[in-house]
Amino acid sequence: MNPILEVKNIRKSFGNNEVLRGINFTLNQGDVLVIIGSSGSGKTTLLRCLNFLEEANEGTISVGGKVIYQAGGGKKMTDAEIRQNRLHFGLVFQSFNLFPQYNVLRNITLAPEMLELDKFKAEKGKKPSLADKKRITDEIEMHAKDLLTKVGLADKMDSYPFQLSGGQSQRVAIARALALAPDILCFDEPTSALDPELTGEVLKVIRELKNDNRTMIVVTHEMEFARGVADKVIYMADGVIEEQGTPEEVFGNPQSPKTRAFLSKSAIKG
Amino acid sequence: MSFATVTLDLLESFLQNGLVFILTLLGAIPLGLVITFGSMSKFKPLQYLVKTYVWIIRGTPLMLQLFVVMYVPGLVFDMPMQSRLTAVMIAFIINYSAYFSEIYRGGIESIPKGQYEAGQVLGMTKSQIFFKVVLFQVIKRIVPPMGNEIITLVKDTSLARVIAYAEIIKAAERYTAMGYIWPLFYTGVFFLVFVGALTLLFGWIERKLDYYKG
Repeated sequence: MNPILEVKNIRKSFGNNEVLRGINFTLNQGDVLVIIGSSGSGKTTLLRCLNFLEEANEGTISVGGKVIYQAGGGKKMTDAEIRQNRLHFGLVFQSFNLFPQYNVLRNITLAPEMLELDKFKAEKGKKPSLADKKRITDEIEMHAKDLLTKVGLADKMDSYPFQLSGGQSQRVAIARALALAPDILCFDEPTSALDPELTGEVLKVIRELKNDNRTMIVVTHEMEFARGVADKVIYMADGVIEEQGTPEEVFGNPQSPKTRAFLSKSAIKG
Repeated sequence: MSFATVTLDLLESFLQNGLVFILTLLGAIPLGLVITFGSMSKFKPLQYLVKTYVWIIRGTPLMLQLFVVMYVPGLVFDMPMQSRLTAVMIAFIINYSAYFSEIYRGGIESIPKGQYEAGQVLGMTKSQIFFKVVLFQVIKRIVPPMGNEIITLVKDTSLARVIAYAEIIKAAERYTAMGYIWPLFYTGVFFLVFVGALTLLFGWIERKLDYYKG
């Protein structure tokens, strides 16, 4: 089976600070990749490169065998190409980043609606009629409600973000990312901004998504969760992949001294 | 000289203050946005140029600017200013757009980067992010400082008097010359009523926007 995601030799510097120093890995359809490592090891930067929030200085990213990012690959991508390519990925932020002025349902439907209406215009060469518009928005709304039910927040669709707890906000953010049906859903420390008693509800949603055979990349400090949910684990240190393998290999029998030191510290903390 | 006559006379000249007020807002609110984009430009020369311009406009008295706009075209370019209203409007719009631009800039820069990034990863275009995500949040944040600035504008309209524009204080001074001082003090009531109405209006807008936090 060909991997859905192939990352080759990604390098990224900020000024003189080289944050990613050649990252290579592949990910199979339906697998969950968990990335662990201490702060500053480059985990978040890697996710941001995958989502085009940062531009890698070197390397390629391929999804489903198609190269969607190639650093310095001759011509620069247009904004439209970047937008198209980044939709292969979804990203759930540590700080949720919900849109405060919209209610929960609108937070989820806003982006898909604009995308679908733009697509309609591009395909049909004309603006959608009111009836077309209604059909499109109704469909998106129904899908959004299903997603809210899935994350257990159907009763909150009229609430505004400030009325939600952290755990609820993060579950809305997950539904918002799912609404665009990304091939690979990324989580950047999704529970780090949450009170300990609220992390469980978010991790539960991620576990359920795994049962739906969804391909995911999760950056997390929750070691127990990582071990339980991962099909593949990457331990990053100083901008390189220090060790990768199955959770049994990385957690049960780490080869690198750095990994062992990190895991023993985490065990004491956790 | 009756109270009613003076009231009507002052009210008529206060319409001139109202005219300057409205025209300044109509000109300075959009022009301020243009200046904001200039001062936030990634093209450094433009950014420095605009920042210097804002510094000069905010760093000199509006009264002086009125004199400059009124007299410099005639003195230097031999093209005397034809209308006092034009001179007043040029000076006021330039002056207030500089202040508004700084308020806008503060509002735009206060929106967390995460809002832009959330829009980006959801596949939105730059203009969709600005208009659908950021703009409304900026408006909510700038309503209080804009209200403050707009209330200052109401009172600044009386500065037009220095280039002999027939606004309310200038009208009241005619009575002073005739030996009646009270109409001059009475003008304060007109400003108070106008500012009172604006205060209510801005309070209402703030409450309307208060349906969400953040």
